[in-house]
Amino acid sequence: MINVRGLRKSYGKNEILKGIDTDIRKGEVVVVIGPSGSGKSTFLRCLNRLEEPTEGEIMFEDKLVTGRQSDLNAIRQRMGMVFQQFNLFPHMTVLDNLTLAPRKLKKLTREKAEAIALSLLSSVGLADKRDAYPVRLSGGQKQRIAIARALAMQPTVMLFDEPTSALDPEMVGEVLDVMKKLAADGMTMVIVTHEMGFAREVGDRVLFMDGGVIVEAGTPEEVFERPREARTRSFLSKVL
Amino acid sequence: MDFSFLSEYWPQFMHGAWLTLQLSFFGVLFGTALGIVIALLRISKIGIVRFIATVYIEIVRGTPMLVQIVIIYYGLTNFGINLPGFTSGVIALSLNSAAYMAEVFRAGIDAIDKGQNEAARSLGMTHGMALRHIILPQAFRNMLPAIGNEFIVIIKDSSLVSTIGIAELMYRTDTIRNSIYLPLEPLLVAAAVYFVMTFTLSKLLGALERKLKTQ
Repeated sequence: MINVRGLRKSYGKNEILKGIDTDIRKGEVVVVIGPSGSGKSTFLRCLNRLEEPTEGEIMFEDKLVTGRQSDLNAIRQRMGMVFQQFNLFPHMTVLDNLTLAPRKLKKLTREKAEAIALSLLSSVGLADKRDAYPVRLSGGQKQRIAIARALAMQPTVMLFDEPTSALDPEMVGEVLDVMKKLAADGMTMVIVTHEMGFAREVGDRVLFMDGGVIVEAGTPEEVFERPREARTRSFLSKVL
Repeated sequence: MDFSFLSEYWPQFMHGAWLTLQLSFFGVLFGTALGIVIALLRISKIGIVRFIATVYIEIVRGTPMLVQIVIIYYGLTNFGINLPGFTSGVIALSLNSAAYMAEVFRAGIDAIDKGQNEAARSLGMTHGMALRHIILPQAFRNMLPAIGNEFIVIIKDSSLVSTIGIAELMYRTDTIRNSIYLPLEPLLVAAAVYFVMTFTLSKLLGALERKLKTQ
Protein backbone atom coordinates (compact mmCIF):
# COMPACT_ATOMS: atom_id res chain seq x y z
CA MET A 1 0.00 0.00 0.00
CA ILE A 2 2.94 2.31 0.76
CA ASN A 3 6.22 1.59 -0.98
CA VAL A 4 9.32 3.52 0.01
CA ARG A 5 12.48 3.32 -2.10
CA GLY A 6 15.81 5.00 -1.39
CA LEU A 7 14.27 7.73 0.77
CA ARG A 8 16.77 10.36 1.84
CA LYS A 9 16.28 13.63 3.65
CA SER A 10 18.86 16.29 4.47
CA TYR A 11 18.67 19.63 6.18
CA GLY A 12 21.60 21.44 4.61
CA LYS A 13 24.62 19.22 5.20
CA ASN A 14 22.89 17.29 7.94
CA GLU A 15 21.54 14.01 6.57
CA ILE A 16 18.62 12.78 8.68
CA LEU A 17 17.44 9.88 6.50
CA LYS A 18 20.16 7.91 4.74
CA GLY A 19 18.23 5.63 2.45
CA ILE A 20 15.01 4.00 3.68
CA ASP A 21 13.38 1.07 1.84
CA THR A 22 10.23 -0.55 3.11
CA ASP A 23 6.79 -1.70 2.03
CA ILE A 24 3.69 -1.29 4.12
CA ARG A 25 0.90 -3.71 3.24
CA LYS A 26 -2.81 -3.09 3.49
CA GLY A 27 -4.11 -3.77 6.99
CA GLU A 28 -0.63 -3.90 8.46
CA VAL A 29 0.29 -2.13 11.71
CA VAL A 30 3.89 -0.98 11.45
CA VAL A 31 5.51 0.41 14.57
CA VAL A 32 8.63 2.54 14.23
CA ILE A 33 10.89 2.68 17.27
CA GLY A 34 14.35 4.09 17.89
CA PRO A 35 16.28 6.69 19.88
CA SER A 36 15.59 10.42 19.62
CA GLY A 37 17.12 11.88 16.48
CA SER A 38 17.10 8.54 14.69
CA GLY A 39 14.90 10.03 11.94
CA LYS A 40 11.72 8.11 12.71
CA SER A 41 9.45 11.17 12.84
CA THR A 42 11.08 12.60 9.72
CA PHE A 43 10.46 9.28 7.95
CA LEU A 44 6.78 9.38 8.91
CA ARG A 45 6.41 13.02 7.88
CA CYS A 46 7.97 12.28 4.50
CA LEU A 47 5.20 9.76 3.79
CA ASN A 48 2.64 12.54 3.31
CA ARG A 49 5.31 15.07 2.39
CA LEU A 50 4.93 17.35 5.37
CA GLU A 51 8.69 17.01 5.02
CA GLU A 52 9.97 17.23 1.48
CA PRO A 53 12.19 14.21 0.73
CA THR A 54 15.57 15.09 -0.73
CA GLU A 55 15.83 11.87 -2.73
CA GLY A 56 13.94 8.67 -3.30
CA GLU A 57 10.48 7.54 -4.24
CA ILE A 58 7.29 6.96 -2.26
CA MET A 59 4.25 5.22 -3.78
CA PHE A 60 0.85 5.19 -2.10
CA GLU A 61 -1.94 3.01 -3.50
CA ASP A 62 0.17 2.67 -6.66
CA LYS A 63 0.32 6.44 -7.13
CA LEU A 64 3.54 8.39 -6.90
CA VAL A 65 3.62 10.67 -3.84
CA THR A 66 7.01 12.20 -4.53
CA GLY A 67 6.39 13.45 -8.08
CA ARG A 68 6.16 17.08 -9.11
CA GLN A 69 2.76 16.40 -10.64
CA SER A 70 1.46 14.34 -7.71
CA ASP A 71 -1.91 15.53 -6.45
CA LEU A 72 -0.69 15.86 -2.90
CA ASN A 73 -3.97 17.17 -1.50
CA ALA A 74 -5.91 14.21 -2.90
CA ILE A 75 -3.28 11.80 -1.51
CA ARG A 76 -3.38 13.45 1.93
CA GLN A 77 -7.16 13.08 2.06
CA ARG A 78 -6.60 9.33 2.10
CA MET A 79 -3.70 9.45 4.60
CA GLY A 80 -4.78 10.51 8.06
CA MET A 81 -2.20 11.92 10.44
CA VAL A 82 -2.11 12.29 14.22
CA PHE A 83 0.45 14.59 15.84
CA GLN A 84 2.26 14.58 19.14
CA GLN A 85 0.83 18.02 19.96
CA PHE A 86 -2.75 17.12 18.84
CA ASN A 87 -3.06 20.30 16.75
CA LEU A 88 -6.80 20.59 17.19
CA PHE A 89 -8.23 23.81 15.77
CA PRO A 90 -8.80 25.87 18.95
CA HIS A 91 -11.25 28.34 17.39
CA MET A 92 -13.74 25.60 16.48
CA THR A 93 -15.93 23.25 18.45
CA VAL A 94 -15.07 19.56 18.49
CA LEU A 95 -17.80 18.88 15.95
CA ASP A 96 -16.51 21.58 13.59
CA ASN A 97 -12.98 20.20 13.96
CA LEU A 98 -14.30 16.91 12.61
CA THR A 99 -16.62 18.21 9.92
CA LEU A 100 -14.63 21.06 8.35
CA ALA A 101 -12.41 19.00 6.05
CA PRO A 102 -15.11 16.50 4.96
CA ARG A 103 -17.49 19.35 4.14
CA LYS A 104 -14.95 21.49 2.30
CA LEU A 105 -12.94 18.75 0.60
CA LYS A 106 -15.40 15.92 0.03
CA LYS A 107 -18.31 18.33 -0.37
CA LEU A 108 -20.41 16.41 2.14
CA THR A 109 -23.56 18.10 3.40
CA ARG A 110 -23.44 19.28 6.98
CA GLU A 111 -25.92 16.54 7.97
CA LYS A 112 -23.86 13.77 6.41
CA ALA A 113 -20.56 15.10 7.81
CA GLU A 114 -22.08 15.44 11.29
CA ALA A 115 -23.49 11.94 11.18
CA ILE A 116 -20.02 10.55 10.40
CA ALA A 117 -18.45 12.81 13.04
CA LEU A 118 -20.90 11.80 15.75
CA SER A 119 -20.43 8.11 15.16
CA LEU A 120 -16.65 8.61 15.34
CA LEU A 121 -16.99 10.65 18.54
CA SER A 122 -19.01 7.81 20.06
CA SER A 123 -16.39 5.28 19.05
CA VAL A 124 -13.68 7.29 20.85
CA GLY A 125 -16.03 7.75 23.81
CA LEU A 126 -16.44 11.51 23.52
CA ALA A 127 -19.88 12.05 21.99
CA ASP A 128 -20.78 14.36 24.88
CA LYS A 129 -17.95 16.76 23.91
CA ARG A 130 -19.35 17.61 20.48
CA ASP A 131 -19.98 21.28 21.33
CA ALA A 132 -16.92 21.80 23.54
CA TYR A 133 -13.93 23.88 22.48
CA PRO A 134 -10.56 22.09 22.59
CA VAL A 135 -9.30 24.30 25.43
CA ARG A 136 -11.81 22.58 27.72
CA LEU A 137 -10.46 19.09 27.01
CA SER A 138 -7.74 17.06 28.71
CA GLY A 139 -4.72 15.93 26.70
CA GLY A 140 -6.07 12.41 26.32
CA GLN A 141 -9.42 13.73 25.14
CA LYS A 142 -7.71 16.08 22.68
CA GLN A 143 -5.74 13.25 21.16
CA ARG A 144 -8.81 11.02 20.85
CA ILE A 145 -10.59 13.90 19.09
CA ALA A 146 -7.55 14.38 16.84
CA ILE A 147 -7.73 10.70 15.86
CA ALA A 148 -11.45 11.05 15.16
CA ARG A 149 -10.78 14.18 13.08
CA ALA A 150 -8.30 12.30 10.91
CA LEU A 151 -10.71 9.36 10.59
CA ALA A 152 -13.53 11.68 9.53
CA MET A 153 -11.87 11.94 6.11
CA GLN A 154 -12.18 8.14 5.91
CA PRO A 155 -8.51 7.59 5.10
CA THR A 156 -7.10 4.23 4.08
CA VAL A 157 -3.97 4.61 6.19
CA MET A 158 -3.29 6.40 9.48
CA LEU A 159 0.07 7.91 10.43
CA PHE A 160 0.78 8.46 14.13
CA ASP A 161 3.66 10.71 15.14
CA GLU A 162 4.42 9.95 18.80
CA PRO A 163 0.73 10.25 19.71
CA THR A 164 1.21 9.69 23.45
CA SER A 165 4.49 11.54 24.06
CA ALA A 166 2.85 14.81 25.12
CA LEU A 167 0.36 13.12 27.46
CA ASP A 168 0.32 12.78 31.21
CA PRO A 169 0.97 9.12 32.05
CA GLU A 170 -2.57 8.46 33.26
CA MET A 171 -3.97 9.48 29.85
CA VAL A 172 -1.73 7.32 27.68
CA GLY A 173 -3.96 4.28 28.11
CA GLU A 174 -7.15 5.84 26.76
CA VAL A 175 -5.39 6.91 23.56
CA LEU A 176 -3.67 3.57 23.07
CA ASP A 177 -7.04 1.84 23.58
CA VAL A 178 -8.52 3.84 20.70
CA MET A 179 -5.55 2.90 18.52
CA LYS A 180 -5.84 -0.77 19.46
CA LYS A 181 -9.48 -0.74 18.45
CA LEU A 182 -8.55 0.89 15.17
CA ALA A 183 -5.90 -1.78 14.54
CA ALA A 184 -8.38 -4.52 15.37
CA ASP A 185 -10.79 -3.03 12.82
CA GLY A 186 -8.13 -3.60 10.16
CA MET A 187 -6.84 -0.05 9.63
CA THR A 188 -3.42 0.25 8.02
CA MET A 189 -1.29 2.13 10.51
CA VAL A 190 2.24 3.50 10.75
CA ILE A 191 3.04 4.45 14.32
CA VAL A 192 6.12 6.22 15.66
CA THR A 193 6.14 5.61 19.39
CA HIS A 194 8.12 5.13 22.57
CA GLU A 195 5.46 2.82 24.00
CA MET A 196 7.28 -0.51 23.75
CA GLY A 197 4.51 -2.51 25.40
CA PHE A 198 2.04 -1.20 22.85
CA ALA A 199 4.48 -1.84 19.98
CA ARG A 200 4.89 -5.44 21.06
CA GLU A 201 1.18 -6.03 21.56
CA VAL A 202 -0.33 -4.30 18.53
CA GLY A 203 2.45 -4.18 15.94
CA ASP A 204 2.49 -6.63 13.04
CA ARG A 205 5.96 -5.42 12.22
CA VAL A 206 8.50 -3.36 14.09
CA LEU A 207 11.07 -1.12 12.41
CA PHE A 208 14.01 -0.16 14.57
CA MET A 209 15.64 3.02 13.26
CA ASP A 210 18.94 4.54 14.27
CA GLY A 211 21.14 7.09 12.57
CA GLY A 212 18.78 7.61 9.64
CA VAL A 213 18.48 3.96 8.55
CA ILE A 214 16.28 1.00 9.39
CA VAL A 215 18.68 -1.09 11.44
CA GLU A 216 16.38 -4.01 12.02
CA ALA A 217 12.86 -4.99 10.99
CA GLY A 218 10.71 -7.94 11.94
CA THR A 219 7.80 -9.16 13.98
CA PRO A 220 7.62 -7.86 17.56
CA GLU A 221 8.86 -11.28 18.76
CA GLU A 222 11.88 -11.14 16.47
CA VAL A 223 12.86 -7.58 17.33
CA PHE A 224 12.07 -7.59 21.03
CA GLU A 225 12.97 -11.22 21.99
CA ARG A 226 15.76 -12.06 19.55
CA PRO A 227 17.30 -8.82 18.24
CA ARG A 228 20.10 -9.59 15.79
CA GLU A 229 21.81 -6.19 15.78
CA ALA A 230 23.96 -4.85 18.59
CA ARG A 231 22.41 -1.39 18.22
CA THR A 232 18.91 -2.82 18.68
CA ARG A 233 19.99 -4.73 21.77
CA SER A 234 21.64 -1.65 23.24
CA PHE A 235 18.54 0.48 22.61
CA LEU A 236 16.16 -2.11 24.03
CA SER A 237 18.27 -2.61 27.13
CA LYS A 238 17.86 1.13 27.83
CA VAL A 239 14.11 1.39 27.30
CA LEU A 240 12.76 -1.92 28.52
CA MET B 1 -10.41 81.68 26.77
CA ASP B 2 -13.39 82.42 24.65
CA PHE B 3 -15.54 79.59 23.35
CA SER B 4 -18.50 81.73 22.33
CA PHE B 5 -17.72 80.90 18.66
CA LEU B 6 -19.01 77.39 19.27
CA SER B 7 -22.67 78.36 19.10
CA GLU B 8 -22.14 79.52 15.53
CA TYR B 9 -19.43 77.07 14.38
CA TRP B 10 -20.46 73.86 16.13
CA PRO B 11 -22.03 72.38 12.95
CA GLN B 12 -18.73 73.02 11.13
CA PHE B 13 -16.85 70.88 13.63
CA MET B 14 -19.46 68.15 13.32
CA HIS B 15 -19.30 68.12 9.53
CA GLY B 16 -15.53 67.94 9.75
CA ALA B 17 -15.65 65.11 12.27
CA TRP B 18 -18.08 63.18 10.07
CA LEU B 19 -15.74 63.47 7.09
CA THR B 20 -12.80 62.41 9.30
CA LEU B 21 -14.74 59.30 10.30
CA GLN B 22 -15.54 58.49 6.68
CA LEU B 23 -11.90 58.95 5.63
CA SER B 24 -10.73 56.73 8.49
CA PHE B 25 -13.36 54.08 7.86
CA PHE B 26 -12.50 53.68 4.19
CA GLY B 27 -8.80 54.04 4.93
CA VAL B 28 -8.91 51.17 7.41
CA LEU B 29 -11.25 49.09 5.24
CA PHE B 30 -9.10 49.23 2.09
CA GLY B 31 -5.92 49.32 4.17
CA THR B 32 -6.88 46.06 5.86
CA ALA B 33 -7.83 44.35 2.60
CA LEU B 34 -4.65 45.46 0.87
CA GLY B 35 -2.68 44.72 4.03
CA ILE B 36 -3.78 41.07 3.98
CA VAL B 37 -2.70 40.78 0.36
CA ILE B 38 0.70 42.34 1.06
CA ALA B 39 1.16 40.15 4.15
CA LEU B 40 0.49 37.05 2.02
CA LEU B 41 2.98 38.27 -0.59
CA ARG B 42 5.44 38.88 2.24
CA ILE B 43 5.30 35.20 3.28
CA SER B 44 5.24 33.88 -0.29
CA LYS B 45 7.59 31.10 -1.35
CA ILE B 46 8.65 33.15 -4.39
CA GLY B 47 11.61 35.38 -3.58
CA ILE B 48 10.83 38.23 -5.97
CA VAL B 49 7.23 38.50 -4.70
CA ARG B 50 8.49 38.61 -1.14
CA PHE B 51 11.02 41.25 -2.15
CA ILE B 52 8.42 43.53 -3.76
CA ALA B 53 6.19 43.34 -0.68
CA THR B 54 9.14 44.10 1.59
CA VAL B 55 10.21 47.08 -0.50
CA TYR B 56 6.67 48.46 -0.42
CA ILE B 57 6.46 48.15 3.35
CA GLU B 58 9.88 49.69 3.93
CA ILE B 59 9.22 52.67 1.63
CA VAL B 60 5.85 53.45 3.19
CA ARG B 61 7.19 53.11 6.72
CA GLY B 62 10.33 55.08 5.92
CA THR B 63 8.69 58.19 4.47
CA PRO B 64 6.43 60.73 6.16
CA MET B 65 2.71 60.31 5.63
CA LEU B 66 2.38 63.98 4.79
CA VAL B 67 4.83 63.53 1.93
CA GLN B 68 2.95 60.44 0.73
CA ILE B 69 -0.36 62.28 0.73
CA VAL B 70 0.95 65.19 -1.31
CA ILE B 71 2.85 62.90 -3.72
CA ILE B 72 -0.27 60.84 -4.39
CA TYR B 73 -2.44 63.92 -4.82
CA TYR B 74 -0.12 65.72 -7.26
CA GLY B 75 1.29 62.51 -8.72
CA LEU B 76 -2.11 61.36 -9.88
CA THR B 77 -2.85 64.79 -11.33
CA ASN B 78 0.47 64.61 -13.16
CA PHE B 79 -0.65 61.44 -14.92
CA GLY B 80 -3.88 63.15 -15.95
CA ILE B 81 -5.89 61.42 -13.25
CA ASN B 82 -8.03 64.04 -11.57
CA LEU B 83 -9.67 62.48 -8.56
CA PRO B 84 -11.78 64.33 -6.02
CA GLY B 85 -9.77 65.26 -2.93
CA PHE B 86 -11.70 62.78 -0.81
CA THR B 87 -10.83 59.86 -3.09
CA SER B 88 -7.13 60.63 -3.23
CA GLY B 89 -7.20 61.13 0.54
CA VAL B 90 -8.70 57.66 0.98
CA ILE B 91 -6.14 56.21 -1.44
CA ALA B 92 -3.25 57.79 0.48
CA LEU B 93 -4.57 56.63 3.85
CA SER B 94 -5.24 53.11 2.51
CA LEU B 95 -1.83 52.70 0.90
CA ASN B 96 -0.15 53.90 4.09
CA SER B 97 -2.29 51.84 6.43
CA ALA B 98 -1.82 48.73 4.26
CA ALA B 99 1.93 48.68 4.93
CA TYR B 100 1.43 48.78 8.69
CA MET B 101 -1.46 46.33 8.55
CA ALA B 102 0.65 43.95 6.47
CA GLU B 103 3.23 43.82 9.26
CA VAL B 104 0.50 43.29 11.84
CA PHE B 105 -0.95 40.43 9.77
CA ARG B 106 2.42 38.86 9.11
CA ALA B 107 3.27 38.89 12.81
CA GLY B 108 -0.19 37.47 13.56
CA ILE B 109 0.22 34.67 11.03
CA ASP B 110 3.76 33.92 12.24
CA ALA B 111 2.50 33.64 15.80
CA ILE B 112 0.17 30.75 14.94
CA ASP B 113 1.73 27.40 15.77
CA LYS B 114 3.12 25.58 12.71
CA GLY B 115 1.20 22.50 13.80
CA GLN B 116 -2.08 24.22 12.88
CA ASN B 117 -1.03 24.51 9.25
CA GLU B 118 0.35 20.97 9.26
CA ALA B 119 -2.87 19.56 10.68
CA ALA B 120 -4.91 21.38 8.03
CA ARG B 121 -2.61 20.30 5.20
CA SER B 122 -2.48 16.70 6.46
CA LEU B 123 -6.27 16.55 6.05
CA GLY B 124 -5.81 17.51 2.40
CA MET B 125 -6.64 21.20 2.59
CA THR B 126 -4.92 23.49 0.11
CA HIS B 127 -2.63 26.28 1.28
CA GLY B 128 -5.44 28.78 0.68
CA MET B 129 -8.04 26.80 2.62
CA ALA B 130 -5.69 26.34 5.55
CA LEU B 131 -5.10 30.10 5.62
CA ARG B 132 -8.76 30.98 5.29
CA HIS B 133 -10.31 28.48 7.68
CA ILE B 134 -7.54 27.79 10.18
CA ILE B 135 -4.74 30.36 10.25
CA LEU B 136 -6.39 33.74 9.58
CA PRO B 137 -9.34 33.36 11.98
CA GLN B 138 -6.92 32.59 14.82
CA ALA B 139 -4.45 35.24 13.73
CA PHE B 140 -7.22 37.84 13.51
CA ARG B 141 -8.21 37.28 17.11
CA ASN B 142 -4.64 37.81 18.29
CA MET B 143 -4.25 40.86 16.07
CA LEU B 144 -7.34 42.71 17.20
CA PRO B 145 -5.49 45.03 19.62
CA ALA B 146 -2.94 45.92 16.94
CA ILE B 147 -5.68 46.47 14.34
CA GLY B 148 -7.55 48.70 16.77
CA ASN B 149 -4.39 50.64 17.39
CA GLU B 150 -3.93 51.14 13.65
CA PHE B 151 -7.52 52.35 13.37
CA ILE B 152 -6.82 54.98 16.02
CA VAL B 153 -3.59 56.02 14.29
CA ILE B 154 -5.52 56.48 11.04
CA ILE B 155 -8.14 58.69 12.68
CA LYS B 156 -5.38 60.94 13.98
CA ASP B 157 -3.24 60.86 10.82
CA SER B 158 -6.23 61.63 8.63
CA SER B 159 -5.79 65.22 9.88
CA LEU B 160 -2.85 65.41 7.45
CA VAL B 161 -5.11 65.22 4.40
CA SER B 162 -6.28 68.74 5.28
CA THR B 163 -3.17 69.80 3.34
CA ILE B 164 -4.78 68.71 0.07
CA GLY B 165 -7.94 70.64 0.80
CA ILE B 166 -10.25 67.95 2.14
CA ALA B 167 -12.69 69.69 4.50
CA GLU B 168 -12.31 67.24 7.35
CA LEU B 169 -12.01 68.20 11.00
CA MET B 170 -8.52 69.72 10.87
CA TYR B 171 -9.24 71.71 7.71
CA ARG B 172 -12.44 73.12 9.17
CA THR B 173 -10.64 73.98 12.39
CA ASP B 174 -8.02 76.00 10.49
CA THR B 175 -10.72 77.77 8.55
CA ILE B 176 -12.49 78.71 11.76
CA ARG B 177 -9.25 79.89 13.38
CA ASN B 178 -8.65 82.20 10.47
CA SER B 179 -12.13 83.63 10.34
CA ILE B 180 -12.50 84.40 14.05
CA TYR B 181 -8.86 85.36 14.75
CA LEU B 182 -8.55 82.96 17.68
CA PRO B 183 -5.44 80.77 17.35
CA LEU B 184 -5.91 78.37 20.26
CA GLU B 185 -9.53 77.72 21.20
CA PRO B 186 -10.70 76.03 17.94
CA LEU B 187 -7.69 73.68 18.21
CA LEU B 188 -8.72 72.71 21.73
CA VAL B 189 -12.19 71.90 20.43
CA ALA B 190 -10.72 69.85 17.58
CA ALA B 191 -8.46 67.99 20.03
CA ALA B 192 -11.49 67.20 22.19
CA VAL B 193 -13.46 65.90 19.19
CA TYR B 194 -10.53 63.72 18.05
CA PHE B 195 -10.17 62.38 21.56
CA VAL B 196 -13.86 61.51 21.83
CA MET B 197 -13.61 59.58 18.54
CA THR B 198 -10.46 57.62 19.42
CA PHE B 199 -11.45 56.98 23.02
CA THR B 200 -14.88 55.68 22.05
CA LEU B 201 -13.32 53.42 19.45
CA SER B 202 -10.74 52.15 21.90
CA LYS B 203 -13.49 51.26 24.40
CA LEU B 204 -15.56 49.53 21.71
CA LEU B 205 -12.58 47.46 20.62
CA GLY B 206 -11.80 46.56 24.21
CA ALA B 207 -15.36 45.26 24.61
CA LEU B 208 -15.10 43.25 21.38
CA GLU B 209 -11.81 41.73 22.53
CA ARG B 210 -13.30 40.65 25.84
CA LYS B 211 -16.26 39.15 24.01
CA LEU B 212 -14.00 37.11 21.72
CA LYS B 213 -11.87 35.98 24.67
CA THR B 214 -14.81 34.57 26.59
CA GLN B 215 -15.93 32.47 23.63
